[in-house]
Amino acid sequence: MQGSTLDSTQPPHPVPAAESHADLRVWGLLTFLASESLMFGGFFAAYLVLRGGAAEWPPAGTEVELLLPTLNTLVLVSSSFVIHLGDTAIKQNNVAGLRKWYILTALMGSIFLIGQIYEYLTLGYGLTSNIFSNCFYLMTGFHGLHVFVGLLLILGVLWRSRQTGHYSDAQHVGVEMAEIYWHFVDIIWIVLFTLLYILTVF
Amino acid sequence: METQIISNTTSPTSTATEHPAAWKWYDYFRFNVDHKVIGIQYLVTSFVFYLIGGLMAMALRTELYTPDPDVLNPNLYNAFMTNHGTIMIFLWIVPAAIGGFGNYLIPLMIGARDMAFPKLNAIAFWLNPPAGALLLASFLFGGSQSGWTAYPPLSLITANTAQTLWILSIVLVGTSSILGSVNFVVTILKMKVPSMQWSQLPLFCWAILATSVLALLSTPVLAAGLVLLLFDINFGTSFFKPDAGGNVVLYQHLFWFYSHPAVYLMILPIFGIMSEVIPPHARKPIFGYKAIAYSSLAICIVGLFVWVHHMFTSGTPPWMRVFFTVSTLIVAVPTGVKIFGWVATLWGGKIRFTSAMLFALGLLSMFVIGGLGGVTLGTAPFDLHVHDTYYVVGHFHYVLFGGSVFGIYAGIYHWFPKMTGRMMNERLGQLHFVLTFIGTHLTFLPMHKLGLQGMPRRVAMYDPQFVNLNHLCTVGAFVLGISVLPFFINAVWSWIAGAKAPDNPWNALTLEWTTSSPPPVENWEVLPVVTHGPYDYGMGYGVSHDSNPDANDSSDDSSAPPASNPILALD
Ligand code: HEM
Ligand SMILES: [Cu+2]
Repeated sequence: MQGSTLDSTQPPHPVPAAESHADLRVWGLLTFLASESLMFGGFFAAYLVLRGGAAEWPPAGTEVELLLPTLNTLVLVSSSFVIHLGDTAIKQNNVAGLRKWYILTALMGSIFLIGQIYEYLTLGYGLTSNIFSNCFYLMTGFHGLHVFVGLLLILGVLWRSRQTGHYSDAQHVGVEMAEIYWHFVDIIWIVLFTLLYILTVF
Repeated sequence: METQIISNTTSPTSTATEHPAAWKWYDYFRFNVDHKVIGIQYLVTSFVFYLIGGLMAMALRTELYTPDPDVLNPNLYNAFMTNHGTIMIFLWIVPAAIGGFGNYLIPLMIGARDMAFPKLNAIAFWLNPPAGALLLASFLFGGSQSGWTAYPPLSLITANTAQTLWILSIVLVGTSSILGSVNFVVTILKMKVPSMQWSQLPLFCWAILATSVLALLSTPVLAAGLVLLLFDINFGTSFFKPDAGGNVVLYQHLFWFYSHPAVYLMILPIFGIMSEVIPPHARKPIFGYKAIAYSSLAICIVGLFVWVHHMFTSGTPPWMRVFFTVSTLIVAVPTGVKIFGWVATLWGGKIRFTSAMLFALGLLSMFVIGGLGGVTLGTAPFDLHVHDTYYVVGHFHYVLFGGSVFGIYAGIYHWFPKMTGRMMNERLGQLHFVLTFIGTHLTFLPMHKLGLQGMPRRVAMYDPQFVNLNHLCTVGAFVLGISVLPFFINAVWSWIAGAKAPDNPWNALTLEWTTSSPPPVENWEVLPVVTHGPYDYGMGYGVSHDSNPDANDSSDDSSAPPASNPILALD
């Protein structure tokens, strides 16, 4: 296939550095999250339709517990402020501060997940018990998966921050991305909590 | 050939990267981040799936030659029917039109060296082959039986393992499509060469932007629906089981909230291709640039609010029927705007009947038939009578075959020289066009009548009164099958031994024609500077210094200074 796309006779070319584009990863993440939020939108809509079609919600015998999830909610929502402190720290070139606040966020995220698992283990119903529990486990489970991914991102930032100079006031896109993702997970939880718990109990 | 480098950026990604001067053949079979390689990978892979899906279609039509199920076992018929539709939509048209042309062309059209996220781009492509493998593997478990729409309860009670593989496959291509769309949106919005105004952005780029936004907004909702279906099949939930508090129509809403926009995913990029192919081959500026650009965005928005026209017979309440009838008729308006724009572009043009142009003209005529059929279907009182009959099959094949597939062919004939550095054979192209044009009408026109007479779709057998028209359809399907041969021979032979292509064989004015054919790995040695609009034909631009025997009718541009390249001012 000489002469077509497929041949090569010349030595390697460097791409001119001046023409590489700016870092667009934050844009990419925001676009992705806009899309991702519609997946939850699909679950929320499905939930509302199923609830609207039910004679009784939650079905008889299904107790929705409120204390633990409320505490969990407080932990997750405050962690959104904590992670922001880490971002503020790195903007002042304070890597130690970044690490401190991100470790704290990771701890709070873990508490949330452990609380969630504890709730699963102690509830009187399982995934297949009834249509409410179907929705409950699917939606919280899916959200929990996202918390887990957010946790991995935070741990990734912490791992990289061990290397001096990896993050600085001029260069911290990774830090920012983890923070944005964490806020996203938080916002989804607030909607979820309102739909599944508050509006079910009251 | 060193270029002068002015270092003016402190971005963290601005380290110079080493790459070879050109890719070797085996680079096309590997993980590669160059958008041009990825574009060709998408095109070739999806074409392979097109052939597989096409063979399934011919098996279906063979079965339907006679009223009785005498050739295929009815379950196998269902599996072929399901996977034919799934493959054609998710593994041929979507990846070819968006992944293939989008990836290859977007950076070249906006003067960028690559997409915004090259690695993500490659990952998105490589999700496709395993998705196809899952579909094919599902045949080991009987093949999914419930059609490309996978409605419960059918999808819950037939071939569970195959249906599960089907779901996983669609989730993979859906993920691929979301990742690809993220890349397109960011690339188009942020990476235009600075000298290009928004009003100089080629219409194909507007189309891909609208397509990507639509994919981003609708695909995740399908994913949500399919996850629920997966749980119902495998983990004992009852989201779609009415006897346990679930709701079957809910699935249809989730499905069509994606899948109506999906028909625009399959046609908007094609509209973009039309806007690129028609002006250079008619030697006229596009008529109504702004109207065509904005109508893509209008389709993108209105198209999100018409999905219930697929569900008029699903116990839909009257207010919904009225609302969605009206919105469906409204969405046909921006589509019509485009059609008029192209017709007005052709009007009085110096039309060159190249293979690309033949397919574009064929598309125009067929899409009008398909679109008008769509408008009739969008009207609830009519749809109640023909829903789930062959009338619907006729409609969507006119838009999908006569529209999307014709557009992909037009695009291939138009950009093949750029992609491979070789010209395609025009004679074989004409033969290909004639066979495809006749075959499409022969196969799908009679289906409208069959549908009006009440022949139901998706069944291996039918009432003997329908036999004559079905003979026509089956003969047409074989003409279509044969029509692929001249194309295939042409593409393979031309790629290996076709005449060398000049940089700008069609004297076109968009930026991809300002670089060599095929382009170097970094697209341009020095980025081009845009000095005129993408469709300023007949205004003295665009006389290329390549002499080209196939396109020596640039007389309309004779006012341009010869032997220079006024397309761009290289610095
Ligand atoms: C002028 C614009 C269009 C209108 C008003 C329209 C309207 C409709 C309606 C109302 C139906 C449902 C018929 C029924 O099931 O009873 C339908 C089906 C369909 N349309 Fe269109 N359509 C249009 C354009 C397109 C385009 C551009 C495509 C694809 C490129 C397309 C692909 C399909 C497909 C695949 C189906 C069948 C879905 C199934 O399997 O049930 N349509 N169309
Ligand atoms: Cu539709």
